[in-house]
Amino acid sequence: MEQLKTIGRELAMGSQGGFYQSKEFLDLVKSIGEARSKAEEDRIVLGEIETLKRRVSEPDIPKRKMKEYILRLVYVEMLGHDASFGYIHAVKMTHDDSLLVKRTGYLAVTLFLNEDHDLIILIVNTIQKDLKSDNYLVVCAALNAVCKLINEETIPAVLPQVVDLLAHPKEAVRKKAIMALHRFYQKSPSSVSHLVSNFRKRLCDNDPGVMGATLCPLFELVSTDVNSYKDLVISFVSILKQVAERRLPKAYDYHQMPAPFIQIKLLKILALLGSGDKQASENMYTVVGDIFRKCDSSSNIGNAVLYECICCVSSIYPNPKLLESAADAISRFLKSDSHNLKYMGIDALGRLIKISPEIAEQHQLAVIDCLEDPDDTLKRKTFELLYKMTKSTNVEVIVDRMIDYMISINDNHYKTEIASRCVELAEQFAPSNQWFIQIMNKVFEHAGDLVNIKVAHNLMRLIAEGFGEDDDSADSQLRSSAVDSYLHILGEPKIPSVFLQLICWVLGEYGTADGKYSASYITGKLSDVAEAYSNDETVKAYAVTALMKIYAFEIAAGRKVDMLPECQSLMEQFLASHSTDLQQRAYELQAVIGLDAHAVESIMPSDASCEDIEVDKALSFLNGYIQDSIEKGAQPYIPESERSGMLNISNFRNQDHHGASSHGLKFEAYELPKQTVQSRIPPATLASTEFVPVPEPMSVRESYPTTIVPSASSDAESTELKLRLDGVQKKWGRQTHSPATSTSSSTSKKTVNGIKQVDGSNTSNSSTWETYDSRKHVEINSEKQKLAASLFGGSSKTEKKPATGHKISKPSSHMVEKSHVRKSSMEIASEKKALVHQPPDLLDFGEPTVQSSDPPSVDPFKELEGLLEPTTQLGSTAAAATNSPDIMGLFTETPGGTHNKDDSDILSSLSKQPVTNMVGGATSTQVAQSSKGPNRKDSLEKDSLVRQMGVTPSSPNPNLFKDLLG
Amino acid sequence: MKEMGIRFILMVNKQGQTRLAQYYEWLTLEERRALEGEIVRKCLARNEQQCSFVEHRNYKIVYRRYASLFFLVGVENDENELAILEFIHLLVETMDRHFGNVCELDIMFHLEKAHFMLEEMVMNGSIVETSKANILSPIQLMEKAS
Repeated sequence: MEQLKTIGRELAMGSQGGFYQSKEFLDLVKSIGEARSKAEEDRIVLGEIETLKRRVSEPDIPKRKMKEYILRLVYVEMLGHDASFGYIHAVKMTHDDSLLVKRTGYLAVTLFLNEDHDLIILIVNTIQKDLKSDNYLVVCAALNAVCKLINEETIPAVLPQVVDLLAHPKEAVRKKAIMALHRFYQKSPSSVSHLVSNFRKRLCDNDPGVMGATLCPLFELVSTDVNSYKDLVISFVSILKQVAERRLPKAYDYHQMPAPFIQIKLLKILALLGSGDKQASENMYTVVGDIFRKCDSSSNIGNAVLYECICCVSSIYPNPKLLESAADAISRFLKSDSHNLKYMGIDALGRLIKISPEIAEQHQLAVIDCLEDPDDTLKRKTFELLYKMTKSTNVEVIVDRMIDYMISINDNHYKTEIASRCVELAEQFAPSNQWFIQIMNKVFEHAGDLVNIKVAHNLMRLIAEGFGEDDDSADSQLRSSAVDSYLHILGEPKIPSVFLQLICWVLGEYGTADGKYSASYITGKLSDVAEAYSNDETVKAYAVTALMKIYAFEIAAGRKVDMLPECQSLMEQFLASHSTDLQQRAYELQAVIGLDAHAVESIMPSDASCEDIEVDKALSFLNGYIQDSIEKGAQPYIPESERSGMLNISNFRNQDHHGASSHGLKFEAYELPKQTVQSRIPPATLASTEFVPVPEPMSVRESYPTTIVPSASSDAESTELKLRLDGVQKKWGRQTHSPATSTSSSTSKKTVNGIKQVDGSNTSNSSTWETYDSRKHVEINSEKQKLAASLFGGSSKTEKKPATGHKISKPSSHMVEKSHVRKSSMEIASEKKALVHQPPDLLDFGEPTVQSSDPPSVDPFKELEGLLEPTTQLGSTAAAATNSPDIMGLFTETPGGTHNKDDSDILSSLSKQPVTNMVGGATSTQVAQSSKGPNRKDSLEKDSLVRQMGVTPSSPNPNLFKDLLG
Repeated sequence: MKEMGIRFILMVNKQGQTRLAQYYEWLTLEERRALEGEIVRKCLARNEQQCSFVEHRNYKIVYRRYASLFFLVGVENDENELAILEFIHLLVETMDRHFGNVCELDIMFHLEKAHFMLEEMVMNGSIVETSKANILSPIQLMEKAS
């Protein structure tokens, strides 16, 4: 047994070219592979950590052994556990003489450490040494590490060597040196600014690999500074031409496409260079046109290049012929059955409509199909397209759709995005204010906590300002309808805070304005809100202020104010609130109620939120008071800049004990309050107990302090009465609104957003939309056409829905026995020509049988052994047999094993041409097997050895092996 | 750090177990763990008819499934998704040429080799090499040497 294992190990080494693996490593991999849950995996890894901690500190570890330990550490980190105890050993391994061990060390270090780790300094030396090595593979390994580990400070340590390596005879080294330089440029452009010309030079490198790599830094350089690289247009175009004409070595071909990844990069660069530059663009037309013609639209990679061409064409100076080709390609994408291609098509359409908006129309039905597709990715992409093509004629339909979708999703990131898009579109294209308010209500209702508070302020402003025309009746109608809708919405169970703030503000300002609702009704609602959301202080503050406004308007109108009992209890509660802001508001309310109608009207005029407030920043109205005070012996104001600490303190005392100087407390004993709020407030002001303007939001203080847009809330309102809460507020008040907010709202007189467009045609559109809703389930097709009409505004008959009935080779057809599959896929293959338009289904990787898999094909090893049986020349087979005869028995139970193997490995899909991907797995795999790299026997040996060494499944159907088959 | 086309490459099996992870921007262990959990859940829940692309936060994931193994590539939003999809395929083809009928276990047993291949193909988050011969030759030379 022992002996067998040793033999196995040796064989494993032989067949794996010295990639030595011990039983322990194999066991680890096996147990991780078989772990059934994350908890089990964690347990294994934790055990492994303990083992490794012991092992790595043993003396005289052979380097092969050490390499394995390091790889096990990589596993530990990959599976989410900390392996920092072993980092130093990885660092040491980079010193090793053996290339393989060294490179593994570098690999581990780049995986473990970030560029700012303390250990990096230990590696820099090694890197410097290795960059000078005679063995170019060592240099390459070091350059890989340079790209990952060198930070701004260490760049100078390696820069000269890297620059020297740009001229290294080996192309692999030049390529990596270019990338290292690219990395330096990313880290610190200034450190290599004098070396940028090297990128241009290397573009003309003899080796296509180096040239291809150079495109990466050049792309970045061009995108930061287009104009400096206009001279390269000709070079890029000629390179692209040569690539497209297959001048590059065959090795760069991918699925019959000449160097597609290089083509794509070049097209990206050209798109940048040709943007808005007619002359540069004209140089590109021919080659881009050629690529359009040459691309094989039946393969994924062909379509990838086509897509890049479309992007390029829609970026550079427009050319009618190219635009036509792009439109053709887009329509092929959209008509395809593949969701991937549809996605690319929608994206490309979004780019092209910027130049030729009319092309959207012919694809309207396809777009609507995508919009209604259950696939979220496709849906989102389509919303992005709709967002790009919104205009005043279709805004209602689009925004309605967006809102429906917004309501349906849970992903907050995207919800926020789509909500802000709705707001943006609504602000830009709203056909009427009524509609705008409706939309905003919906946005607030469903995503209120996600939208920016500014949006709420905008809406308040809009309601306050109305249409901006001299049409008062329309304005008040708007407000009434807002009030109506808000009273209705208040019935909902859970309303976002921002929305509640908005509602309270509107109810306070306009709740009783049209006389439809009584003051007691509105105040009742407001106190309900304050009650129901008792842990939201901002809402409560808005509610109290709204109450105050209602009462003030009542008093000003000469009506008697009867405070509802619930309001009264609320007030009592707030008067004793821990929140100084609430407390202050409650006191203010109390004070306002006690005033007479005239006074109230001047401090709280109705509907005055838009009035200009004149601000006397110099506080000249206090001059008389100050004069009086100074005459009475008060100290004059000393500007902050001239104030010393001592003065400050004496001021302080002076202020606080004005008129009570007999007080004996010694303030000198305390630390100097350097940053106190008081120090910023003019002493004269502080001396007063009558007026206490707040230091910063003073701008909003005078004239009409109260009706300021509520965002100014605490600060603004605090100015109204005599409470000296300002300083406290500043320091402690949680609800303090930033002065910035208050200023922004106090400047609300500025013109609002451009919501002035009233478009007559919209009414018809929205009615179309309603009918759409009502007939939802009756006529899907006409419904779609209607939707299309409202979105695109044109006739929807131009295009028929892409045929979708052509799915012969869907997995279901593969449920049959393998032989059948084989046969039928042959047939399908022959039908292929008829299906040129049908793009490969990207996920249908010819493993349909896997999907429908029958239980016996579960264990790839079984299959391997099954395969192995006919070729019994291997001694190991016998070993395996003696080892685990029952398992051998299992193999023979699967007569179809040979075929199953086709499905079991990742391979099955590889051998196929992209088109056959969709057709089915079995067809061409056999060909592949004979032509694949290391022969089949080798891989069988490899796997049988693995089995011998203890990785044999411990149960007939262990997880790891089942996994492979799906 | 602007042009970081590829942010990370992950290989994850159907059970959501990570088989290979390479990040081109630094993330802490916790961040990696959270990210892998999130996106794997997202991608594994999708069916084969759906797009091979998923938006996640401010970037996109392009994924492709081979037998039980998922290859996930996180890319910037303006990346050509279809090209990334084919890049994954190229990677698998390359591994296949080297291992011969590559399977999940090959990657597990030879994690470092899989990484070496990626090191040749992607640097600084950009695709730098697509010739299989060029990708594999350093690995073959190393094997010969040791």
